[in-house]
Amino acid sequence: MNNHFNTGHAGSTDSSTKEQSASVRTMDIVSKGLSRRYKAEKRFRLYGITAILLSMAFLSMLFISISANGYTAFQQTFVQLDIFLDPDDIDAQALQDANYQAMVKKSLRAMFPEVKTRTEKRQLYDMVSTGATYQLQDYVRKNQQMIGSVVQLWVPADDDVDMLIKGHIPRDVPETERRIKDTQLSWIDKLLEQGRIEKRFNTTFFTGGDSREPELAGILGAVTGSFYTLIITLLLSFPVGVATAVYLEEFAPKNRWTDIIEVNINNLAAVPSIVYGLLGLAVFLNFFGLPRSVPLVGGFVLTLMTLPTIIIAGRAALKSVPPSIREAALGVGASKTQMVVHHVLPLALPGMLTGTIIGMAQALGETAPLLMIGMVAFIVDIPGGFTDPSTVLPVQIFLWADSPERAFLERTSAAIMVLLAFLVTMNAVAVFLRKKFERRW
Amino acid sequence: MKKVFIASLALVFALGIGTVGAASRDYISIVGSSTVYPFATVVAENFGKTTGFKTPTIESTGSGGGHKLFGAGVGVEYPDITNSSRRIKKSEFEKAAANGVKEIVEVKVGYDGIVLANSKKAPLYKLSRKDIFLALAKDVPSGNVAGKTVPNPNKTWKDVNPALPDVKIEVLGPPPTSGTRDAFVELAMEGGAKKFSWIADLKGKDKKAYKALCHTIREDGAYIEAGENDNLIVQKLDANKDVLGIFGFSFLDQNADKLQGALIDGVAPEFDAIADGSYPVSRSLYFYVKKAHVGSIPGIKEFLAEFTSEKAWGEDGYLTDKGLIPMPEAERKKFRQAVENLTPLSASDL
Repeated sequence: MNNHFNTGHAGSTDSSTKEQSASVRTMDIVSKGLSRRYKAEKRFRLYGITAILLSMAFLSMLFISISANGYTAFQQTFVQLDIFLDPDDIDAQALQDANYQAMVKKSLRAMFPEVKTRTEKRQLYDMVSTGATYQLQDYVRKNQQMIGSVVQLWVPADDDVDMLIKGHIPRDVPETERRIKDTQLSWIDKLLEQGRIEKRFNTTFFTGGDSREPELAGILGAVTGSFYTLIITLLLSFPVGVATAVYLEEFAPKNRWTDIIEVNINNLAAVPSIVYGLLGLAVFLNFFGLPRSVPLVGGFVLTLMTLPTIIIAGRAALKSVPPSIREAALGVGASKTQMVVHHVLPLALPGMLTGTIIGMAQALGETAPLLMIGMVAFIVDIPGGFTDPSTVLPVQIFLWADSPERAFLERTSAAIMVLLAFLVTMNAVAVFLRKKFERRW
Repeated sequence: MKKVFIASLALVFALGIGTVGAASRDYISIVGSSTVYPFATVVAENFGKTTGFKTPTIESTGSGGGHKLFGAGVGVEYPDITNSSRRIKKSEFEKAAANGVKEIVEVKVGYDGIVLANSKKAPLYKLSRKDIFLALAKDVPSGNVAGKTVPNPNKTWKDVNPALPDVKIEVLGPPPTSGTRDAFVELAMEGGAKKFSWIADLKGKDKKAYKALCHTIREDGAYIEAGENDNLIVQKLDANKDVLGIFGFSFLDQNADKLQGALIDGVAPEFDAIADGSYPVSRSLYFYVKKAHVGSIPGIKEFLAEFTSEKAWGEDGYLTDKGLIPMPEAERKKFRQAVENLTPLSASDL
């Protein structure tokens, strides 16, 4: 650039000085622009850091709000009852026929003998969960020798009492605006004084199926359903996905047909998941006549959904294995199948596994395709196999979020925490596998 | 080794699918309305716990979706019962009959009020159905000339009725797929529109135009579709005191410390007012049973007995705790009878 100005009157004698001055000028220009370039560099990094900070802030906001809403669900209020197991009422030969509900009610009445009117009695009975009856029944079945004596039992309190104890129902609003009435408040205070109300770890939440009573609702049914569904998905999508990836990458001729297939697989990865649900309804339920709401069909549908992800990840992993490995294997006389099975596949497997786990995590969080095949349903019994009706974790969250009882709000958040824990674990396993087995060339 | 493993896996799957396809169902399958869902689920849970039968599965598909699934045919792959927040339509009944579902038993469960509620922090609204129509309809009458309408010009509640507050009209409500929306439109908006004598006359003359006028909700942002999740509406109302929301009575009942239900035609949405019918925006809830499945699917009869027992749907039953408004005793008796005899519905009833 500088030379341009010097041409014409530049002699050969002072060319060296000229060159020197030219290079000085270049340096000038460089240093003049230097601070600007440094600034641009700094700005660019700042943008990056801001972006990361922003996403971290949103993520932590999500975690904090969910944990703040949900942590209370891991505790449940219990009420201690003294129940007299009257031998006149319980026939040891026919334990299931005894009226356990009446026994619970009797023990409540005994604690508050001043309660006489019908409405007051109803309010009193409403303070303990309907689960108390089943708990008592269970207790008697296991401890038959206790019939005839008074037993002290901690039974779950009703969800409204639970909400009051946890502070989600305010005490200071007018009586008509509370679900806990003034008389009930006085009873609760009395029970608190006697140490008969206590917050304990909520084991039901982890061992129970769904329920319409928040204090009896648990996520085990949904977790089991998710487990069965994912097992089917994994068993089907991993072998099929790997086989497809290997064939397309290593064996298939490169022609128009394989191009079409490749484009279609990439397209399928972007298809909205509800479409797979519709496909599942049409094919698995209507055509093959499989039952509704079962993990088997859920697994089939989610397999269709995760297959493209696994195939794409598998092909990328195969591509990253250097050609020299293939050539060396073929060079010493291995057949193409031997080359793939003995050399290429083992090297590509960590990448494929990572892709599979990410696909599984995606399947774990999916609800839309399951809606059509009837897995968005109220199911109490914990599924015992692939063909028992069941639901999955995200669906359980959706159903609870839609329930009117206020106690379900915290349980919704708690279920989200459990789901997130699963997702984090799965992704951590993927990272671990990659770190441990990945080879770089 | 590997081959054997893969082959056995394939075999297991083939067998699994084969046996499943042929197997019968040993639990009751229920679909239908999201409004009846909270009640049906409680009954199902109690039924599962107190009897030896499996707990029925209940899907919340919406009333229309429920009838579609229910009426698709007879057999284990089709649901046994559908919940509905409105009566079965004649078209649905005929379609079901064409698919072989000839005998359907209708059971009315009780009533549900639809409320227009807002935050406790704001003043209580006292609305008439006419106000609701003028605030939410897409087109409203102009002047009092028969047949003349204009796109709804009302921006604030004060524009609708000078007695109402000077607050922008903003109402959160369910989408068109919802039975709650159908009922709201029919009971509140149509009820209000009929106060204009020429619109009431229109019903006899041009039913289509009448329906279009009464049932179309404005789309200029004053009515906001908030999805089927009523909890979401409750939270939004709590956060913004100028907004009103439309949802079922049970959600107001559960959130009485945060929300208040607007008076409609001078009646507050309270349990007794809905039960005796003086609250104008209340509807009946139903479920429908496939008679052909009674006997082949275990437990249907017992489930019906549980649902129609006094301890469930009676005045003090556990369903009223969940917000269901019970029917008067005579009506309960009538439907219990229908359940015991499995009296099928006939097309002429509709």
